[in-house]
Amino acid sequence: MTTNATVFDRIKQDISDNTVVLFMKGTPVFPQCGFSAAVVQILTHLGVKFKGIDVLSDPEIRQGIKEFSSWPTIPQLYVKGEFVGGCDIVREMFEAGELGDFLTEKGVATRA
Amino acid sequence: MAMDAATIERLIRDGLPDAQITIEDLRGDGDHYAAHVVSAAFKGKTRVQQHQMVYQALRGRMGNELHALALQTSAPED
Repeated sequence: MTTNATVFDRIKQDISDNTVVLFMKGTPVFPQCGFSAAVVQILTHLGVKFKGIDVLSDPEIRQGIKEFSSWPTIPQLYVKGEFVGGCDIVREMFEAGELGDFLTEKGVATRA
Repeated sequence: MAMDAATIERLIRDGLPDAQITIEDLRGDGDHYAAHVVSAAFKGKTRVQQHQMVYQALRGRMGNELHALALQTSAPED
């Protein structure tokens, strides 16, 4: 399946309109996948405001986001338009205490 | 769809010949793995780039046949 430019435009719009964006399965309140839930939990723990985009409700975005970032899995976290990583990287950064610092550097408010 | 650990290891090694690879079958169901990959090729690369190199070695299987592979990557310490 190839993705048309419109889908990439929508993704670019989403990640430029919102400081922190999580492409995930399900919603922040009802995640439909353990990996998405783990990232929601970490962001919530850090008190980060983010926009969750449910790829299950949009097959074009679900495929498009993988091509956009050359990353085969979901969830995917974006901060200030930059792809930060999937569940493993977010978890590793959080456990190493790097994620909070990274967000602060990017000017994202966290619960200290 | 399941994939065995030896296949995962072989694919990663094809892409990253020097890699030290540790694979754990997390649930014993052949579907949820954790892999730790250490390769000199990761030097100077970001975590995202390191994971992308492993995904590239898996040639499209990640996210398809291979549902869950928790990945940890690092460069060897000198």
